[in-house]
Amino acid sequence: MTENPTSRHSAFQVLTGLFSLPVGARIGIGPTIASVVLVIIVLASLFAPLYVPHDPLSMNAMARLQPPSKEFLLGTDPYGRDTFSRVMIGGRVSLLIGVGAAVVSVAIGLIIGLVAGYFRLADSIIMRIMDSLMAIPAILLAIALVALNGPSLTSVIIAITVPEVPRVVRLVRSVVLSAREEAYVEAAIALGSSMPKILIQHLMPNTFAPLIVQGTYICASAILIEAILSFLGAGVSTEIPTWGNIMAEGRSYFQIKPGLIFWPGLLLSLCILAINLLGDTARDLLDPLMKKREA
Amino acid sequence: MEFSSKDFTDAKHVLKIRDLTVGLTGRPNAEPVLRGIDLDIRAGETHCLVGESGSGKSVTSLAAMGLLPKGALEIQGGSIDLEGFEITLAKPAEMRELRARRIAMIFQEPMTALNPVLRVGQQIEEVLNMHTDLSRTAVKARTIDMMTQVHLPDVQRIYSAFPHQLSGGQRQRIMIAMALILDPDLLIADEPTTALDVTTQLQILKLISEMQDRHGTAVLFITHDMGVVAEIADTVSVMQEGRIVECAPIRQLLVTPQEDYTRKLLSAVPNLVPRAARSVATGRDVITVAGLGMTYGGSGFFKKSEDVRAAHDVNFTIASGRTLGIVGESGSGKSTVARCIMRLIDPTVGEVTIAGTEIAKMSRRQLQPHRKHFQIVFQDPYRSLNPRWTVARSLCEGPVNFGTPRDQAFKDAVELMKLVDLPRDALDRYPHQFSGGQRQRIAIARAVAMKPDLLVADEAVSALDVSVQAQVLDFLDDVQAKFGIAMLFITHDLRVAAQICDEVLVMQKGVIVEHGPAGEVLASPQHDYTCSLIEAAPGRHWDFANSRALSGASTKPGAIT
Repeated sequence: MTENPTSRHSAFQVLTGLFSLPVGARIGIGPTIASVVLVIIVLASLFAPLYVPHDPLSMNAMARLQPPSKEFLLGTDPYGRDTFSRVMIGGRVSLLIGVGAAVVSVAIGLIIGLVAGYFRLADSIIMRIMDSLMAIPAILLAIALVALNGPSLTSVIIAITVPEVPRVVRLVRSVVLSAREEAYVEAAIALGSSMPKILIQHLMPNTFAPLIVQGTYICASAILIEAILSFLGAGVSTEIPTWGNIMAEGRSYFQIKPGLIFWPGLLLSLCILAINLLGDTARDLLDPLMKKREA
Repeated sequence: MEFSSKDFTDAKHVLKIRDLTVGLTGRPNAEPVLRGIDLDIRAGETHCLVGESGSGKSVTSLAAMGLLPKGALEIQGGSIDLEGFEITLAKPAEMRELRARRIAMIFQEPMTALNPVLRVGQQIEEVLNMHTDLSRTAVKARTIDMMTQVHLPDVQRIYSAFPHQLSGGQRQRIMIAMALILDPDLLIADEPTTALDVTTQLQILKLISEMQDRHGTAVLFITHDMGVVAEIADTVSVMQEGRIVECAPIRQLLVTPQEDYTRKLLSAVPNLVPRAARSVATGRDVITVAGLGMTYGGSGFFKKSEDVRAAHDVNFTIASGRTLGIVGESGSGKSTVARCIMRLIDPTVGEVTIAGTEIAKMSRRQLQPHRKHFQIVFQDPYRSLNPRWTVARSLCEGPVNFGTPRDQAFKDAVELMKLVDLPRDALDRYPHQFSGGQRQRIAIARAVAMKPDLLVADEAVSALDVSVQAQVLDFLDDVQAKFGIAMLFITHDLRVAAQICDEVLVMQKGVIVEHGPAGEVLASPQHDYTCSLIEAAPGRHWDFANSRALSGASTKPGAIT
């Protein structure tokens, strides 16, 4: 056979080929800064216990509301606790909740979505349940759960996950619905592949790209919701510092010690901005349609 | 066969392209897409640009329209002269004016070229409103007149119809009306009939030549179909890899082609003469289909929708080593039959017996062990292989499902690579690294790996270029000879059916209208519909491979004169 694939450019292939430049060439300065900022925040939070100068929980009546100094880098709060130590340690919980909520909701949503997308009968039942779950506001659910079980990390993650799962299910279902019409899925049926095999090996990989993008958004919004919940007093218990409850405790002293709100707020905003920016970049890289629209 | 024999020596040049080079923007070292194209089109002439996919036909037409995609392709040299106006130097505003008034274009897919949310009458009027100062009544009168000229039925109704309410042929007529309403000097038609059925294609080709006679428009007609070329062309340019390899008047090109590539292209064109009859079936019947029917729709939950009878009372048998072709236009139900047999959809009534087992009524689970007896090859090799899987994984999928150990399946896959004439390392590559023809051979190999008794080929060569088509057909024939597989070949293309089928079954609107040996059906069709299908096949009086008219048909003039 004399066909040579490289010399066969159809008009369409010529056009699309132009957009498959090396990936590095298309990542702009914004996402690069975002990833650097995010890596610094994550590492700093992760290793916070190794370097923070004070126990974030130890109170010191002699050192209340200190201004920033050598000993207390960002000053102290009304109980004499070191703000710097509290903010760095608090990042651990905030990030854990963000990543935890994202992973849990993506995992649950993926399984339910695959089933809903592939089985017609299950579809109509599952999607009505999902519709009703979507109607539950995260914050009300969180307050209810905290009232029932007491404030804990698990309650917060559940409260954030429940309203997010239906969104993931919808996404996965729509991808499966279109992918199951592909000829290669029909070919797999003709080859006698079993239903779970088709679902996992042929259909599931199609959902990964949109799920990565959706996961970053869930992560960012979970961190934000946790902060709101802690601020309202419905989050994790005040013994565990998080960005949200540090700000909540600092709000009464905002006029004399703005740093109590400013520093955790700054890290929170930077973190969410960076995650969202990376999510957008991931979407642009993974979704060929978006790429073409930009060009 | 009669070819167009108009004389253009005195006609003025409408379009003169000289040494046109088009390359990729920002990549000066990359191979240019067009390398030095020369093209002349004279008033009233139909100039056909033929070539296989990727030869640069469409890029040439886009360059002439000034529509090369910005940031992707750019003109790197040469000139395009439209009656004294240099297009390569034109400003965008000048080009916009030029495009409607002097050059118009019609595209392959009339559905996507029309705006789905505007009434077609409005869309034609928009062209007039943009470029003329006519009053509203004059605009409407001219639109109605143009719609009458393109022979649309019931013009008043269609005027206020939306594109989705029209058939493909009607939509293409609207596109032609839109293109010609400002009476341009040049009409560029980019594969305008490729998406249409043969009988509709014939009507559209007739319409274009009629409009051309009436308005004296020059036509640049881009196609990959030599049959269409033979019907309509005055002059033909053959393109290959961004170059024009040969340009000659139609008769000269078909009778005495000068270049090897042209000869190769012509020899690949199948003709309507059926293959030499093979010895009568001696093998056992592999598949028996009795009273097969498929009805879509029926009673809905809220409203009773009307049933759509996609297939009704289909009966046939195929013996091992034989090929049955199902021929029909879109909507005839031929693919429904294929999908029912494969049980990709469940037939409403009837029996399908394959290798001695009745499968039409089995549940999916009961059916699973029988799947290895019948396999399918789909139309589009770009979509029928999982793009995320290596070739090896795709080839092993079926055998592994039926209990072949993985290493044994892999060894078989290596053997299959030899069979399909691809290198062994192709097993580790992904589908996008192959050409269309290679992919289709991989898809066939995947089906053959199951050692099936029946192979269903659903438009298996329709998406391929003619030369590749010929290779794949040969390959299918080899496979059949080697393994004695019975084959059900679904196609809309009578030429392809003539090449490969022992028996032909013609379907129209879900019903079989004719069934018989390929030789009889094609040579002396009994049913009106079969006759009209054969009549409509473009270039059917010419034997392209041997550069001569087909005997017995030469007395009749071409379908379009």
